[in-house]
Parts: sequence; C-alpha cells; structure tokens
Amino acid sequence: MEKWIERQRNVIDFTLSSLLRRKGKNIALVSVYTFVVFMLASVMFFVHSVKREASMILKDAPEMVVQRMVAGRHELIPIGYIDKIKDIRGVISVKGRLWGYYYDPVVGANYTLMVSEDSNVGAGNIVIGQGISRARLAFVGDSLEFRSHDGKIINLEVKTILSPESELVSSDLVLISENDFRRLFGGSGDYVTDLTLQVKNPRELSTIALKISEILPDTRLILRDEILRTYDAVFNWRGGMMIVILLGTLLAFIIFAWDKASGLSLEERKEIGILKAIGWETSDVILMKFWEGMVVSLTSFLTGALLAYVHVFFASSALFEPALKGWAVLYPRFKPIPFIDASQLAALFFLTVVPYTVATIIPSWRAATVDPDSVMR
Amino acid sequence: MEPLRKSNLFFLYLAVNLILFSLLFVHASFKKEAAAGSIKEKGEMVRTFVLTDLCLFTEASYTRHLSQADLYTPFQDSPMSLEHFPSGSIAAPPPGLRKMNGKMD
Repeated sequence: MEKWIERQRNVIDFTLSSLLRRKGKNIALVSVYTFVVFMLASVMFFVHSVKREASMILKDAPEMVVQRMVAGRHELIPIGYIDKIKDIRGVISVKGRLWGYYYDPVVGANYTLMVSEDSNVGAGNIVIGQGISRARLAFVGDSLEFRSHDGKIINLEVKTILSPESELVSSDLVLISENDFRRLFGGSGDYVTDLTLQVKNPRELSTIALKISEILPDTRLILRDEILRTYDAVFNWRGGMMIVILLGTLLAFIIFAWDKASGLSLEERKEIGILKAIGWETSDVILMKFWEGMVVSLTSFLTGALLAYVHVFFASSALFEPALKGWAVLYPRFKPIPFIDASQLAALFFLTVVPYTVATIIPSWRAATVDPDSVMR
Repeated sequence: MEPLRKSNLFFLYLAVNLILFSLLFVHASFKKEAAAGSIKEKGEMVRTFVLTDLCLFTEASYTRHLSQADLYTPFQDSPMSLEHFPSGSIAAPPPGLRKMNGKMD
C-alpha cells in the first residue's frame, strides 16, 4: 500500500512539474474553467435560495384569489360577488383586497399600494417599506405627497417603516387606509381589486374553484398552489438571461472538449514519447494524464464553488444585481439565505468535472499507446 | 530541511479547500438558523397583509406580482417591443398560465 501511495505521489510530482512547464496555457485553462464553475454555481445557489425562501414565505399566501376579467384584462370586482361566493359550501370567509400601483414621478418608481385591515393605519397615515424610505429619504414622521386621480395633492404621514429583514416582501409596499386609497384612486366603494377566500378543507379547493367559475364565469382564479409553483419555476432555464449564461457555459465546455479531443500538442506528444522511451508503461502515462485532469478540474471546481458561495451569500450576488434590478428604481436589499446541500454540490460536480474528465480520457489513451520512435522523430 | 514536495503542496491545497467546504456548510447552517426569525416575520406579513408575491422585480407590474400576471400584459407596451424589461427575460410566466394557454407555449 505504501509503495502504491509513493508511486501516486511521484506521478503527481511529475504531473505538476509538467503542468508548470506550460504555466501560461494551464493558468488560462484553470482560470476559464474556474469562471465557468463560478457562474454555474452562483446561478444554482442563488436560484435555489430564492425558491426555498419563497416556498417558506408564501405558504401563508391566500388559499385562492378571485380576479374579474373584462376583455382579457384584470378589472375591479364588484363586492356583490362576495355574497355569491360565500354561499358555496366549504367557504369559510371571503374578503375583498384593495391594492394597486402608484407611479411616483419624484423618483420614477412604482409603489404597490395596499389596504390592510390589520395594519392599523389610520386615515392620513401610511406604513412604507424600506425601499421607499431609501428612495424618498422618508422617515417616520415625514410627509409624502401623492397626486390623486383628480389631480389633487394628498399628504400622508409616514407612521411606520417596515423592517429591513422583510424587504423581500415589503420593499415597495405602501400600506394605506381604505379611505385614503379611495381618495387617491377614485372609483366606487362597490368595487375592490380582487377577492381572497379561505376554505374549510384545502382538498376541496378545486371543487370550490369549479363552482366559482360556473357561478361567476367572468372570473379568473389563482390558487395558492399556483402561486407557489410560480416561484418554483421563477428562474426557468428558458428565460433569456438564464439561457445566455447556460449557453456561455456550454460553449466554454465545447471549447475545452474540442481542445482536448482534437489531441495533444506536439510538445505533449513528444514528452509522452520520451517517457515511454525511458521505460514508462502505457498505464503510467494514462495515470499521469488522469492526475493532470484531476489537478485541473478539482482545483477549478473547488475554487469556483467557494468563490460562488462568497459571491452569492456574502456579496449578495453583486454580479447579478444589474440584471436583477433591470430598470427598477426600487430594489429590495436582501441577502439570500444559504440553503445549500450536498446534492447541489454533487450535481455541480457532475455537470462540470465529469464532462472535462471524459473529454481528456480518449486523447490521453491514444497518445499513451503511440510508438515513442514515431513521435520523437 | 527538505523542500516540500509538489504533491504535498497539492494535497495541502485540497485539504484547505475541503476544510473551507465543510466550514461553508457550518456557516450555511448558522445562517439558516439565524434567518428563521426573519422568515417567520415575512410569513406573518404575507398572512396579515394578504400578500401573494415576492418583491423581486419592481420595474413592471407583471414581474412585481408574477403570480397575478396575465398573458397579455407583457406584450401591450409597444408594437415592436416583445419585452423591454430585463426582469421579464429572467422570470418565467406562471405555470398556471402556461397550462391555460398550452397551445400558445
């Protein structure tokens, strides 16, 4: 056993010296490879973290949302619909939600305005998210101006600012009283934005949904399960940015594979020829090439994955921020929670290390079996 | 003193990386524990204010409230603009919509 270990160490010593002789080429190779792993791992860590957090937070979302559709668009829903839905057996409660968007020309941002019974917002007051506080430099006690539907200016006082920890759900939120909401947006008190309902038995949701669509055919129903599935599929690989990153990675791998599969350089072949001439067996050469592949891929994998972790969970995915922000003025500052597990790293390992190793095996075997005399000529 | 062999250096590098990897899991588990309170707070907020979506992208209504989006909105802004908000090219449409409009997908 000791002899075997010593042999491996000797081969590794030789392999490392050989790699260092072609320092420039190999450093470039490891850098690109590390970058490929880093990008893939960053995407994987970030997406998984957001999805997990979404599934944990949104499990308390309403069981069903009922929207009214008119000519293919979301319209306000009459509060008379509440009684019709309440009559359906299995429905515990139906509540109207009042919410909408407000474009603030001062900072060029869109806010989500929402009336909540439980927020204890009195008339003339608002509760705002951290994003708005940052963008408008507004703090508790300050007044914010809103322009109502009829052109009047309404001043509302900031009563509370929602906590920074809750930014992922509340960054652009303005909680407002019903009276102020209606003053701001106008419209009749007989309408609300949409309805949410609670049912006795969640297994009856689909039956109740069917009944609602029969009684109120102009409605569209969104179940909690659909909300959860929306966030489970939020960063789909078919999305533009994702496909750019994945294609880039794929192309980089094709270049690696092509470089490796098209054979070894003349210098490398000569080196193998000399080794065989001085008594190395084919198996020794293959062992050397195996360690060469391992050194390159393990170094790149470990460094790339560690850097990706630092990028996503310490630097809040700084490289993805411009793409995630888009044209938005308000952007939640949130630190992804590291929901990582061994299966994720294993998947990353098989996605990055295995293709490279496979691409290096065949040319190495071919080079190892050549006649030393022919390559040294 | 005998100089360190290259293979030893390599194994040392691997060992340091593996230690860092295990520390990474330790860090992750601490962070998850520390975040439990904030997740609970956010869940509470979702329940109290009857929220349906995460505030990931605020630039367009259909990406601000992803689960409430419809298939028409992303294409209504201008005739030549299939999508001009970057977030629209990151986020996929809700699966419920794709099921309803299977033939369009």
